[in-house]
Amino acid sequence: MPAKDSPLATATETTPVATSSTAGPELVQLLTPEGERVSHPDYDIDLTDEEYRGFYRDLVLTRRIDVEATALQRQGELGIWAALLGQEAAQVGSGRALRPQDFAFPTYREHGVAWVRGVDPLRLLGLFRGVDNGGWDPIATRFQLYTIVIGSQTLHATGYAMGINKDGAVGDAETGEATIAYFGDGASSQGDVNEAFVWASVYNAPIVFFCQNNQWGISTPTANQTRIPLYQRARGFGFPGVRVDGNDVLASYAVTRKALDDARTGQGPTLVEAFTYRMGAHTTSDDPTRYRLASELEAWKLKDPLERMKAFLYKQQIVDNTFFESVEADADELAARIRKGCLEMPDPDPLSMFDSVYAEQTPLLAQEREEFGRYLAGFQGAHA
Amino acid sequence: MSRLKQFKLPDLGEGLTEGEILQWMVKVGDEVKLNQPIVEVETAKAAVEVPSPYAGVVHEIHHEAGATVDVGSPIITFDTEPGAGPLDPVASASAVSEHPEIGDMVPKPPAGDESGPLGALIGEVGPSGRTATLVGYGPKSVTAKRRARSDSGHATPVTPPVPVAPPPPPATAARVSAAAVGQSAAASAGAVTVLAKPPVRKLAKDLGVDLAAVVATGPNGSITRGDVENAASQPAAYSEPAAAAPLRSVPDYDPATREQRIPIKGVKKMMAAAMVDSAFSAPHVTEFITLDMTPTMELRTKLQGLPEFAGVKVTPLLLVAKALLLAVKRNPEINATWDEAAQEIVVKSYVNLGIAAATPRGLIVPNIKDAEQLSLPELAAALQQLTATAREGKTQPADMARGTITITNVGVFGVDTGTPIINPGESAILCFGAVRPTPWVVDAIDGSQSIVIRQVTQLALSFDHRNIDGQLGSQFLSDVARVLSDPATALAWT
Repeated sequence: MPAKDSPLATATETTPVATSSTAGPELVQLLTPEGERVSHPDYDIDLTDEEYRGFYRDLVLTRRIDVEATALQRQGELGIWAALLGQEAAQVGSGRALRPQDFAFPTYREHGVAWVRGVDPLRLLGLFRGVDNGGWDPIATRFQLYTIVIGSQTLHATGYAMGINKDGAVGDAETGEATIAYFGDGASSQGDVNEAFVWASVYNAPIVFFCQNNQWGISTPTANQTRIPLYQRARGFGFPGVRVDGNDVLASYAVTRKALDDARTGQGPTLVEAFTYRMGAHTTSDDPTRYRLASELEAWKLKDPLERMKAFLYKQQIVDNTFFESVEADADELAARIRKGCLEMPDPDPLSMFDSVYAEQTPLLAQEREEFGRYLAGFQGAHA
Repeated sequence: MSRLKQFKLPDLGEGLTEGEILQWMVKVGDEVKLNQPIVEVETAKAAVEVPSPYAGVVHEIHHEAGATVDVGSPIITFDTEPGAGPLDPVASASAVSEHPEIGDMVPKPPAGDESGPLGALIGEVGPSGRTATLVGYGPKSVTAKRRARSDSGHATPVTPPVPVAPPPPPATAARVSAAAVGQSAAASAGAVTVLAKPPVRKLAKDLGVDLAAVVATGPNGSITRGDVENAASQPAAYSEPAAAAPLRSVPDYDPATREQRIPIKGVKKMMAAAMVDSAFSAPHVTEFITLDMTPTMELRTKLQGLPEFAGVKVTPLLLVAKALLLAVKRNPEINATWDEAAQEIVVKSYVNLGIAAATPRGLIVPNIKDAEQLSLPELAAALQQLTATAREGKTQPADMARGTITITNVGVFGVDTGTPIINPGESAILCFGAVRPTPWVVDAIDGSQSIVIRQVTQLALSFDHRNIDGQLGSQFLSDVARVLSDPATALAWT
């Protein structure tokens, strides 16, 4: 087992961290924190240089979107932002593992998955700026709208997956469909998530439960959520569970890819626990220094998902400096674009709030819309 | 677009109204880059670094560190084109403008665009309502204002959002005083609750009596039928008291200039809650003892010279702490928790020794875990560490949790003694006063007595009389004093 001897395992053993469970030897890893490529008997993958470079580029751009959005919130341009800092590899890896026909059901933190699904980051910003309710097309992108309620998307995803079964769209390794439900270690305690496990298991639904265990449910450590490693819970529900190094983009990709392919070929659900770390606050309204130690953050900084990919690319000599420079330039350009786009977002027409309540307008809503319109027109300076 | 850009304090959390500026990381004249951290702000939720929304040069800082600033108030102004020559003071005065898209939670439509009245509705001054200001004298705060409803007679069937009190019927207006009418209107607008049963309300309405002006004599301050009838029978003159002649003329002061309103928050708020919790659940008894601490002060000098204490300070507080730990060992029941829910007294075999510490942000009580197991040098180091951490404001919540007994050292302020309030969850707190050279009656071996100048101090012990009786409390306090009066006692006990 490569993980056993890996510096990651050593680091968690020698560095005292407040997190309950250290990763342990069962962790699937293909890239060590030092950027050394290791193999795994069940999850080995063969990637081209271009694919390696693509992973790195996605990681960098995802982080830049996140950092810029955090700054925009601090500058009063977003109402709130849920940062993904530290979880880029789990998201980019799992997101890249999806086939075009697969459907993703995110929480409100899956900015990296949104990026690889082709959702314009500006659409995410619109939601957090409060000018729309999530402006992307979930059908076209196969990426559901962000779910704010903790864990409920696992039920939506399970229901959708059961529908795939009924459509008979499982079985073929190429065209079979699967869903992936994202959630966190905190949500694993929710009734919704456990119900979803039961339904998915009993109905053999084509679904991957992708749990990003970032060690903290707001201020609650994982030790207060579970007595056993989360991936082991799957066994009790009757499907396999696997723990992957969530800061390793290659392993996250490989494990999710296999779980999705199992699902699409009729093998039923898998729980993937991506062992990672939320390096920032829960949201911009939160102050993690109040409940966790700086030494814990420092220990995880050594496992940074971007740094190990960068080190790997260097060591393998499959890139040169111009590559890194061009990725940085792309990131700068992206940051400038989303900043500009965010500042220029128009306020929504107040009356538009009546438009999307139901698929079809009701007489009551129409009446309320008209009354509200008259009320707005009653202000000085308003157009009659 | 103006080259001077104001940045207003945004709502850094959700629904916050103000923040305290902890420190500025830039000063006037500094060149800043986009997203460079410029200021650290603490809100009710978090202390956060705010990145600069502009690239440019800091032109003005509106609030110094330590100020509590309303959300929406300008905190800094940038010159975004520092290379464009000196600012013309007059031009710049009128040119200071808020970036139409920066500084507000919700972006506003540009001036003249009136398609978005929602911005005004949620409490923003409309673009046309902005006043140009002199440089350096920008508006201190942006007051949230609703735009006035049009009085040009937009006939609208929509019910006004604020209920308006109906005027009293003319026929009965004479019964209530002018003052009462004013009161009534205010009461209606402010939705002041008047307690009265529905039949009483109907009676009041029928008789034309304003309930807000009625003296209530019923249960819980409610208005009875009799009160209403009484009010209805009063002559109008009754309710118009003659204005009392003022005893002396008092100039009209603006209260804001003579009173400071300090928000209750953070450490202060926690301290208040803990003290109220303790003071009104645990019946406190406080006992005092005055003692000659000279031997301990001499011992302190000796200990400081030992190699074991190299690098740590042997303070009087350290020796008081040690004396307390020894006394706890002899009186373990002092180190306990009253568990109201379980109806049990929890006696602890470990001592998490709390030390009340004054910090820049207020009083906190971090504790030394398992202090009874520490050697004296270890205890000295732990005490030093705890104090340093508290002073830096870096004490973690875990450091303050699970304390079992506390020392408060008021002596450092030159105070003799006090009646401390027990830290919640504990049963006793020892107050250590100032050590002063004092005339003291000393017994010589031959039985003679003389007055000598000695190092004298006072100890006070507050304890929870639910689980600690006077005997135990007295014994404990006396034991602490014995060790300090004669440290050799400690050897006798170990």
